[in-house]
Amino acid sequence: MKVIKIDKAKWASGVSSLQGTYKIIGPAVDGDAHNFKELAKGEEPDFNFLNTKLSPKSIVFPQSEKMLEYSVDENKEDHHIMKEVKKDYSPRAVVGIRPCDAKAINLVKMNFDTDDYKDPYWLKLYEATTFVGLACDKPCDSCFCTSTGCGPYNEEGLDILLKEDGASYVAKALTEKGETLLGAAGFSDAGDEAAFEAGKKDAEAKITSSVQTDKLKDFSTLDLYNADFWEDLSFACLNCGTCTFACPTCWCFDIQDEVKGKDGVRVRNWDSCMFPLFTMHTTGHNPRGTKEHRVRQRFMHKLKYFVDKYEKGIMCVGCGRCVNQCPVNIDIRKVCDVMNNHVPEPVK
Amino acid sequence: MENPYLPYPVRIDDIEVATEDKSLKTFKFVFLNEGDEEKFAYQAGQFAELSIPGVGEIPIGIASSPVEKGFVKFTVFKSGVVTTHLHQMKVGDVMGLRGPLGNWYPWDTLEGKNILIIGGGFAFTTLRSSIVYMLDPANRSKFGNIDVVYGARTPGMLLYKDELVEWEKRDDINMHLTIDTEAPNWDYNVGFTPTITEQKAPQADADTYAIVCGPPIMIRFTLPVLENLGYKNDRIILSLENRMKCGIGMCGRCNIGKELVCKDGPVFTLEDINLTPKEY
Ligand SMILES: Cc1cc2nc3c(=O)[nH]c(=O)nc-3n(C[C@H](O)[C@H](O)[C@H](O)COP(=O)(O)OP(=O)(O)OC[C@H]3O[C@@H](n4cnc5c(N)ncnc54)[C@H](O)[C@@H]3O)c2cc1C
Ligand code: SF4
Ligand code: SF4
Ligand code: FES
Repeated sequence: MKVIKIDKAKWASGVSSLQGTYKIIGPAVDGDAHNFKELAKGEEPDFNFLNTKLSPKSIVFPQSEKMLEYSVDENKEDHHIMKEVKKDYSPRAVVGIRPCDAKAINLVKMNFDTDDYKDPYWLKLYEATTFVGLACDKPCDSCFCTSTGCGPYNEEGLDILLKEDGASYVAKALTEKGETLLGAAGFSDAGDEAAFEAGKKDAEAKITSSVQTDKLKDFSTLDLYNADFWEDLSFACLNCGTCTFACPTCWCFDIQDEVKGKDGVRVRNWDSCMFPLFTMHTTGHNPRGTKEHRVRQRFMHKLKYFVDKYEKGIMCVGCGRCVNQCPVNIDIRKVCDVMNNHVPEPVK
Repeated sequence: MENPYLPYPVRIDDIEVATEDKSLKTFKFVFLNEGDEEKFAYQAGQFAELSIPGVGEIPIGIASSPVEKGFVKFTVFKSGVVTTHLHQMKVGDVMGLRGPLGNWYPWDTLEGKNILIIGGGFAFTTLRSSIVYMLDPANRSKFGNIDVVYGARTPGMLLYKDELVEWEKRDDINMHLTIDTEAPNWDYNVGFTPTITEQKAPQADADTYAIVCGPPIMIRFTLPVLENLGYKNDRIILSLENRMKCGIGMCGRCNIGKELVCKDGPVFTLEDINLTPKEY
């Protein structure tokens, strides 16, 4: 594993020199917060942020994405035949993604990359992307990544882990993709791996918030599902969908056809288990017809179904976005603890 | 990378009105491209996404049988946006077909067993596929007794009537057709499906499996009857429906607990279903 030291004075020109080969996506000021966007030539990723308001999931999973195209013009020979859409899968690098968000992309990959089916849209964007992580030396109050199998220096899902070290950055190349990028940027001075060890210890010590997840896998699904706490936990929810929108590990989507004139596209858009239409049958019957059902689905998916299905822990990396952005302060940390500490009714 | 969202282009080869109230039509499709029919190789019990460019996609059980070659058939109830559009389409129109999707009735397990099929209303599509498959000369000897209880409101609401009449005449399948109330020229049973099941279905034993498809109300009243006849939950097989989009386990909407109805189902045993939340 190569460790490289990058003088901050040379950082901007190095990143900018990558822009012939890579699109650079980085954090940038966006209204009252930071969000990821494609950076213009010469524009530097702005590292003066704790984390972005929206997760960077849109880099591999755009909020709205064309899937197929077709013509409905009966005068054309191939009318009503669906075709693949030409897309740009040229190399890109996301510079400054937080370790939690990179791990989230790794978790979501299990959904889109299966033995039976591969989602070509998600996977091609994923493969085209080099993930350059930025270690968190100043975690937010609401972060609880160290208890979700992640952490401020977690390397999962990253090609490079970067850390600030006074007047320089230290970069650890974690994959071949990462080494290639560092080479292409002309960064080659040897760095000291010890910086990571010390930084990691300090950063982890600053995370004060946590969840308990150890008992989740032992409950039967129906014990948790039928527990009496859901009404209370979901009482204030507005079903606004902010939580699922902001969350790096939420991936549900809708598929729709759109036609303008004679040209049609099939698109997919982010969707949310918080919306009643998500599961509404044509008959009007809705298996998750109340907000209690829907809140339960969100938390059961993240904290039980996912745990059982993949045996890779919970479907939450502890980024704290949903905690900060929920208008009625529904807090996954509390829900998780309530679930984990549930005492099932004794079998009569 | 193969794109599982890209439908095969198909042409509507035939359209048949399937019930007297015209709410159901059977569509016969042929593949436009050579080789696609082979790629679409399916088993009885699977479904597909019927894909109408500009309108949308809907999951529909495959009504034709793996032993029928050269076409695929679906019987569709006119209900919402896509199904209504489909009902207005004509022979010769081109659209898409994506699949086959989901699991199927457990044909390996069912070999050597007696099969009781119970269907109600228009949920008889994949059951038809299954019966045609089992009655095929190459397959009939693989199964024991076959009993079929199939009910509809009126004689005119029964699907695939010509075939039902043919099957009635055979001695290697026991048909128990029924309608809700008396009707002229009806020579078979009268009464709701659960009642006829109680009267006509064979008692359970370790070698008998029941496959049940129908509206929720029919299923609700049929399950206790099966229990009385001695059927264990792992011998009762159901096919579930949920709202679907992707059909391949990606879009996240059709789950019951950790099971995805589109990919882990739609076919489940009652035993499996009883372990999951009833979100269907
Ligand atoms: C496994 C399986 C097998 C089935 N087999 C059969 C069968 O053999 N025969 C049969 O008749 N039926 C079958 N069904 C039921 C059938 O899928 C539905 O009746 C059908 O999807 C209804 O489609 P629709 O467009 O007519 O209805 P709608 O309710 O109009 O819409 C369904 C679709 O239209 C779009 N849509 C409509 N309104 C909205 C909205 N407000 N927001 C977003 N999207 C919208 C969406 O694409 C949606 O998925 C089966 C279902 C399943 C799951
Ligand atoms: S953000 Fe809060 S109020 Fe909105 S859907 Fe999520 S839990 Fe409910
Ligand atoms: S803290 Fe909330 S937004 Fe962040 S990963 Fe967990 S569930 Fe998603
Ligand atoms: S329909 Fe998309 S996951 Fe089942």
